[in-house]
Amino acid sequence: MNVVTPPEKLTPKDFATDQEVRWCPGCGDYAILKGVQKTLADIGARPENTVFVSGIGCAARFPYYVKTYGFHTIHGRAPAFATGLKLANPNLDIWVVSGDGDALSIGGNHLFHLLRRNVDLQFLLFNNEIYGLTKGQYSPTSRQGTRSPSTPWGSLDNPASATVFAIGAGARFIARGIDSNQKHLPGVLARAHAHKGTSFVEIFQNCKVYNDGVFENFTGRDVASDRQIYVEHGKPLIFGKDGEKGLRLNTQTLALEAVVIGENGVNETDILVHDETNRMIATLLAHMEPPAMPVALGVLYCAPGQSYDEEVTDLVHSHTPAEKPDFNKLLRAGRTWTVD
Amino acid sequence: MSNTALAEKTSDPSHRETVESAVVRFAGDSGDGMQLTGGQFTLATAFAGNDLSTFPDFPAEIRAPAGTTFGVSSFQINFGSRVIKTAGDAFDMLIAMNPAALKVELHGLKQGGVIIADTGSFGERDLRKAGYDANPLEDGSLDGYHLVALDISKLTMEAVKDTGLSKQEALRCKNMWTLGFVYWMYGRDRKPTADWLIAKFGKRPDVAAANVAAMDAGHTVAETMELPDGVHGFHVDAADIAPGTYRTVTGAEALAWGLAAGTHLADIKMVFASYPITPASQLLHSLSKMIDHNVVTFQAEDEIAAACAAIGASFGGSLGVTSSSGPGIALKTEAIGLAISTELPLIIVNSQRAGPSTGMPTKTEQSDLYQAVLGRNADSPLCVLAARSPADCFEVAIEAVRIAIKYMTPVFILTDGYIGNAAEPWSIPDINDYAKIPVNFRTDPDGFHPFLRDDDTLARVWAVPGTPGLEHRIGGIERDYDSGNISYDPDNHQKMTDTRFAKIEGITKDIPAQGVEDGNTSGKLAVVGWGSTYGPISRAVANLQAEGLDVSHIHIRHLWPFPENLGGLLKGFEQVLVPEMNHGQLVNVLRAEYLVPAEGLNKVSGQPFKITEIEDAIRARLES
Ligand SMILES: Cc1ncc(C[n+]2csc(CCOP(=O)(O)OP(=O)(O)O)c2C)c(N)n1
Ligand code: SF4
Repeated sequence: MNVVTPPEKLTPKDFATDQEVRWCPGCGDYAILKGVQKTLADIGARPENTVFVSGIGCAARFPYYVKTYGFHTIHGRAPAFATGLKLANPNLDIWVVSGDGDALSIGGNHLFHLLRRNVDLQFLLFNNEIYGLTKGQYSPTSRQGTRSPSTPWGSLDNPASATVFAIGAGARFIARGIDSNQKHLPGVLARAHAHKGTSFVEIFQNCKVYNDGVFENFTGRDVASDRQIYVEHGKPLIFGKDGEKGLRLNTQTLALEAVVIGENGVNETDILVHDETNRMIATLLAHMEPPAMPVALGVLYCAPGQSYDEEVTDLVHSHTPAEKPDFNKLLRAGRTWTVD
Repeated sequence: MSNTALAEKTSDPSHRETVESAVVRFAGDSGDGMQLTGGQFTLATAFAGNDLSTFPDFPAEIRAPAGTTFGVSSFQINFGSRVIKTAGDAFDMLIAMNPAALKVELHGLKQGGVIIADTGSFGERDLRKAGYDANPLEDGSLDGYHLVALDISKLTMEAVKDTGLSKQEALRCKNMWTLGFVYWMYGRDRKPTADWLIAKFGKRPDVAAANVAAMDAGHTVAETMELPDGVHGFHVDAADIAPGTYRTVTGAEALAWGLAAGTHLADIKMVFASYPITPASQLLHSLSKMIDHNVVTFQAEDEIAAACAAIGASFGGSLGVTSSSGPGIALKTEAIGLAISTELPLIIVNSQRAGPSTGMPTKTEQSDLYQAVLGRNADSPLCVLAARSPADCFEVAIEAVRIAIKYMTPVFILTDGYIGNAAEPWSIPDINDYAKIPVNFRTDPDGFHPFLRDDDTLARVWAVPGTPGLEHRIGGIERDYDSGNISYDPDNHQKMTDTRFAKIEGITKDIPAQGVEDGNTSGKLAVVGWGSTYGPISRAVANLQAEGLDVSHIHIRHLWPFPENLGGLLKGFEQVLVPEMNHGQLVNVLRAEYLVPAEGLNKVSGQPFKITEIEDAIRARLES
């Protein structure tokens, strides 16, 4: 990414297209769109160099609404399109937008390989725990027992955790945000953008129509402070309304415990300090679920490594001859003979 | 040995029987190195100035249990002083390294043909494994042939005993001993093979030396031993070959070079994305070595991802190319539809293989024509080309690149397992003789929308991310003809569908008229072929024309859209016969397009047509 100093500062509005946004009123996607447009302005993104790639789903309509380049592709395969695009032009700044069904159901395979390859792009997974566009069937992230048109008696299969999946796949940047938390989301997105390699961001997104309030158990006003923890590198893992709660590592069970500082002999030094380069901590944080534990938000993991496209570029450079290669020579390498 | 016998046994051609052409089949266990042996024989034959064609035929198993019939690996070569168009029907000489090879291949040997057999591997156990009750070398069952039975295993061990190799390593030189023997039979020069062995085993000079010693020993034995009655050396004159620099080339190699040549002529990068599948993988291997020629290869996680990555690359201004065989192409279908809808260039190579589903991966067929022409959801036209021979793959690939870029469309290249693996001599072209392929990336924001079209070709603009002022969004959803914005308007969808068809149909104006390969442009019977049946059809037609029959050969490269004159041409014949290695695909497309009474000749055994099979069918039609 050759980020050139922008000639003029663009505003979030400059990243809005003239297309009418067609999500249901109240859909969390609106807030995310706003957050992304703000981020693009904040980071000084150049529209001509920025590409949004998506699969299929409500979330995947995203590119139509961002005034950059965009490719609305096929269900689940956006990672593969983005990888090919990056191979064609490693200088492009690519954002992939996907829903939980798109990313983890039909596209689980591609997401896995994108993350393990570590292609330099931002992958945003809008998790609404439901299939929106096809009218409300349960998705791979839906909680067991989810009633939907295809599961009238409640879904049977165990849900997948997008973030735990990402860690397992070898992602080197993992973050989380909530659609409605506009104070927090752009910062997370900016961090994702700054990271070289695949930046995986799970965004909890409310589907107003088919799964309204599914995240209320940790986003609801009354419970938020006790069930959300905003993690920050180098800072103790503290949460709660007055910062009275924290996370402690139980060295016996190798699990995190939510504790109250000052109770049962717990003091501040017992609280684990977040180290975003520590994969174990990230794993423990990713596994936390309400109501027993708070949901971890922010940058859970960031450990840069060489990106796939960088490696390809290096390989190409190391094989690029000083002069333009002679095609005729290529055809004549090896055993040839001449007939006069 | 009498003196006269020795005098005759020189390599002087005048003491050999001169033949116009010969077919030799090497057959052995998968571990015997028959493909390598055949490859070296091919090179030596090419150096001797003969024209040639080969047919590698190997088992699906990587290493089938030794000595079994399903583990037989064979390599056939037809070479001559005349133009060679097929790997040949019945063979003149069969090299059988074990009983299984004899059992599997004997039916293809001409009556009176020569069998060279290694008695050292015709023991009790070997015979039982191959399903023989008695030793065919001894029980008189081979009386109709000329048998040269030699203990090649033992002779090889003797030849290499001083090289210090283990018994197992020494025995592995059997194939080179045999090659040396056959080299003498056809008066071939051993030097290129010796050089190759030395280079190949650079790190094991002892192994190289043993192989060379084995080859020399085989040659010497042939030269000095008293061959059975009726067995002698042959001489094949050099063919009348046009001047030029030549190499042998397989279809997979020619295709790789052709694709790279195309993107070279267009001066853009190729992004080749693929997932391994037999027999398509060879293309991935070949292109992976061309990193210094603006080719980036990507081994994707599956065929779907490969197609998608290729399309993503084309969106980014490179030429995306993806490749597979039928089962993998099936997976790519949805993505190909998106490339049609977004009107991006894309090349899809299909190395066809036998059968629905997994079928017979190592055997050849031409049964993906429907898949290429029709095999997608909705009205989704694209362009389909087929290569007729290994060397032809080069030309077809360049043509595919030209059409894909000029018309902003996916182009299928149909090849098959036979073309991919078979080799023929190739007069190496000069890249400077080819027309450049113009690429017009749009840069002007004035009046831009992403589905602006060229009036002439109807191709849309290629506007690449990174270009200031052209920011736009594309996708599979239908878009408005005039603005490029999403549109569900009924009339607009009609217009866009019509336009997508018109664009592909318009390619007919830009491709050569369909010619007649051989024969008159009208008459009693046209034999119409496509792809790898080229060789047997053209030989069969030529043979029957020599007998005075009124038969012509038409071979179609542009399978969709067809050349403009094709319908008229076919209508000039009383009968149309379409030999295909499928259950009748081109024949039905031709009938549907032109309402001609074309008839199929169909073979789906996994083996190429024999010339006689096509001759018989032509005769049946003309003489009834
Ligand atoms: C190959 C294919 N199969 C199925 C569909 C139908 N389909 C469209 S979107 C979707 C699910 C979308 O759910 P999700 O990814 O969670 O996105 P959301 O709509 O909730 O944002 C499905 C099954 C399709 N378009 N293509
Ligand atoms: S269905 Fe749900 S996810 Fe889709 S637009 Fe409506 S509210 Fe949003």
